[in-house]
Amino acid sequence: MVEIVHSAAPLCAIGVSLVAVILMVISKGYPNLREFWTIGASILKFSIVVSMLPTILDGKVIEYSLYSILPGLDIKFRVDPMGIFFALTASFLWIITSFYSIGYMRALKEHAQTRYFSFFAIALSATMGVAFSANLFTTFLFYELITLSTFPLVAHTETPEAIKSSRRYIAYLLGTSIAFQLSAIFLTYNATGTLEFSNHGILAGKAPDMLLIIIFILFMAGITKAAMMPFHSWLPAAMVAPTPVSALLHAVAVVKTGVFVLLKVILFVFGVDLLSKLGVGTALAYFASFTIIVASFIALRQDNLKLRLAYSTISQLSYVVLAVALLTPGGITASIMHIIIHAFGKITLFFAAGAIYVATRKTNISELNGIGKQMPLTMAAFTIGVLSMIGVPPAAGFISKWYMISGSIEARQIPFIIVIAASTILNACYFLPIVYTAYFKRHDNEIYNEEWRMLNKGYGMINLNSEVRIKEAPPLMVVSLILTAIGTLVLFFWPSLFLELARMVVGVVI
Amino acid sequence: MNIAEHFPALVIVIPLLFALITWLAGLINRAFCWVIALTITFLCFLMSFSILNTVMHTGRISYHMGAWEPPWGIEYAIDYLNGFVLVVVSFIAFIVTLYSRKSVGLEIDEEKSPAFYSLYMLLFTGLMGMTITGDIFNLYVFIEITSLSGYALIAIGRRRNSLMASFNYLILGTIAATFILIGIGYLYMVTGSLNMADLREKLPPLYHSRVVLTAFGFFTVGLSLKLALFPLHIWLPNAYTYAPSVVSAIMAATSTKVGAYAMLRILFTVFKVEFDLNVVPVTKILLVLSCIAIIAGSILAISQTNIKRMLAYSSVGQIGYIVLGTTMANQTAMTGSIIHILNHALMKGTLFLVAGCVVYKTGIEDISGLKGMGQKMPFSMAAFTVGALSMVGVPLTVGFISKWYLATGALKAGMWFILPIILISSLLSAIYFWRIIEGIYFAPAVSSQHSEVSTYRSLDHHNPHPVSRSRDDAPPGMLIPTLILAGLCIFFGIAAYIPVSVAEKAANMLLGGT
Repeated sequence: MVEIVHSAAPLCAIGVSLVAVILMVISKGYPNLREFWTIGASILKFSIVVSMLPTILDGKVIEYSLYSILPGLDIKFRVDPMGIFFALTASFLWIITSFYSIGYMRALKEHAQTRYFSFFAIALSATMGVAFSANLFTTFLFYELITLSTFPLVAHTETPEAIKSSRRYIAYLLGTSIAFQLSAIFLTYNATGTLEFSNHGILAGKAPDMLLIIIFILFMAGITKAAMMPFHSWLPAAMVAPTPVSALLHAVAVVKTGVFVLLKVILFVFGVDLLSKLGVGTALAYFASFTIIVASFIALRQDNLKLRLAYSTISQLSYVVLAVALLTPGGITASIMHIIIHAFGKITLFFAAGAIYVATRKTNISELNGIGKQMPLTMAAFTIGVLSMIGVPPAAGFISKWYMISGSIEARQIPFIIVIAASTILNACYFLPIVYTAYFKRHDNEIYNEEWRMLNKGYGMINLNSEVRIKEAPPLMVVSLILTAIGTLVLFFWPSLFLELARMVVGVVI
Repeated sequence: MNIAEHFPALVIVIPLLFALITWLAGLINRAFCWVIALTITFLCFLMSFSILNTVMHTGRISYHMGAWEPPWGIEYAIDYLNGFVLVVVSFIAFIVTLYSRKSVGLEIDEEKSPAFYSLYMLLFTGLMGMTITGDIFNLYVFIEITSLSGYALIAIGRRRNSLMASFNYLILGTIAATFILIGIGYLYMVTGSLNMADLREKLPPLYHSRVVLTAFGFFTVGLSLKLALFPLHIWLPNAYTYAPSVVSAIMAATSTKVGAYAMLRILFTVFKVEFDLNVVPVTKILLVLSCIAIIAGSILAISQTNIKRMLAYSSVGQIGYIVLGTTMANQTAMTGSIIHILNHALMKGTLFLVAGCVVYKTGIEDISGLKGMGQKMPFSMAAFTVGALSMVGVPLTVGFISKWYLATGALKAGMWFILPIILISSLLSAIYFWRIIEGIYFAPAVSSQHSEVSTYRSLDHHNPHPVSRSRDDAPPGMLIPTLILAGLCIFFGIAAYIPVSVAEKAANMLLGGT
């Protein structure tokens, strides 16, 4: 039996950014003070999460029961290896994103910054809430809070296009969670009389197989934040948000909440044994494979950089789903590891996209000729992110691919190895051209200079001031994206802490 | 002699008496009316609370009017169910009265305000009376008091449409009352009794008699009309839309709920559960109707452009919820129904009060006119958002609690098809509320629209405020009651055990437990 430590630390980790919101709203006339609260809250939140780490690594679990609304509807937190894994990822990246956000929002002189930073903080509270929730009700509660709190961020610019996209965003996320996830929760409660997560699942033997399969399908359809096809189109729509939002929320917090909840349902509501018996794991893996491949093909055709990244995210999220659906130790390890590995890689790419936008106002890949000379640091980080997405050492993406393949072998599922291989090629196909464009195509200014020289040959005229100069985004942004790129490399060389946590999860559920 | 023993009589007699006194006081000074109404509703709330408290500790209270023994005299019988409803009705009435001063000043001619408060007190008396009485003929009397004062209140506003709405309601309300009276007559014919508890004992041997079956049919139809169960809801949207804001609020929040309560009484106290389940398949009929009501109400709400009319159609759907829970004859679902009486009163009360605030400040009744209102009236719009989220059934609001009970109850009863109906209706309400919330916070105010959508502006001499986006919220006298209701939407969504503990006992009692 696992030792349980009772502590309010998870509640503090959730609450700290909510308190910060109040302070932000109070100090909205003083931008520096307001941003100080954001930074302070993010650092404090990360420290609280880290402070819980030793206890978890000791093999203990931290629990805190906040309140019971009604029998069966408890707001209860439990910090287990998987929860702390996710919380560490999200809270650490929030610190970096906060710096980046400040740089981005100020450089663009965005409106409604108090609203932006406040809802950002609320979204992070809710993410912690999902990471630490001990039952389906608490999960659902914070899941909905994430949706509602990120809506103002997606609609931030308030242009007709943003309003339209945010409407799609809310329709998909809120709609499916009410229609499918909530019904799955009702059915689960009706079958088992509890909503508490348990190491070997709670549904085994509680309902006829047919009903279990229905519940499973409802859950899979209801957790739309994982962006599995056909419920994926909210994610490209969300790209109208400011880039820091796309970076942290739509590459890390929101979408990872989706796959995290999906993992929770698979491992702690159904349980590995039950799913193997029902045989729906393989079906899910095929679904995920479909998403991986199709999303990659769509990504190939996107010229808008953020949209290409978004479709890449859709594809990468399904890696997590595919890996866990294999229901083997290697697969589960891969899926958990991929949460953090993809987070670092994709946030770097989004940061770079935002930096390019701030420095040059360019959003399309076709406009990025020679940008590597203009923004060398940004593009170096971008390249590291790309390597991680493709899975090339020494970037961390290699680790998750490695475990994914070993998981497929354990499950004796050769088709999925082919899927992974094919998608790796596709990843290369849609990412490497960007790198090529950035470094090897000539910058517009160079072409212009050359033409100018040709035209004026013999006239002795000096060409005008159009050499390609280094013009990076504001330092806060560049530092942030370099840090996350370094993180991607660090994860490759020293993944042991996270692998240990993943192993603990595997040890518990199998 | 302990005065508390007489509270059951006093909660009726005092407002009835003061309905007249209010009017007289209004002849001296119109400002008195509001003060009196406020004091009386508050007093009745305290007394109701004390009654409920007594019931919770000692069980059913039976108060004999004029010390005449039932079944001959009129009995006021209070158990968990109507103790609960009494508190809800008197509380909402108090909050709405608190809110009414400014709103009535704007929407009703000043010389009519004593009459308004007098009628308002009568409506309140009628609602309290319908709830407290244990005698079916007395029930009829109070239904008539409620209805007549209701017709007048709807028509009292300045708008011509309200006369039409009131007249439609009058026709249908009269049919309903007549049906109920016929039902009462038939029951009296075969049993010689008008007392509910007594009828409950005397009726079982007669369950298959045609007279009783006919009586039951008349009751069901009459009460369904009164509580606006689909498809007998047609009087409701116009009545709520064209009535003055205060009247819409009190009627939406309480009068249909009391109608639902009366239905529960007839179905489960006068008749027994066995009758509803075995003799006449009334629960099945009501089940189907309520499911249709839930979906149809929500769909109709989506297509509305007027806020109050949209809220009215949403009420049609919500009434479906209340009826739905009662038809499963299952304790969990029944608890959901009873708790929804409170929850819906809170949510719809909040929303109608906000609609009133908007009308007061801007004269806007059109949904498109709410654009950008989040900056102008931040507190009212915050209350609206809470009410709307609650209607959608987001966790930690009262709406979720109702849905939780109804859905788990339906699953326990093995009625799987209820689950999609509840969830689809949540989705539909998400659609019609989200559209508004989005406009409130994320669309710039469009000033050119205001002249088209203004309904009151041309009639209104008191309200010279220009329509602008600068902060200009409703006055505290309207804002505070609205925020109290909105706050309770969250409070009872979290501290749900307080109303649930009462509702569970009431449900248990109705279904024949102890």
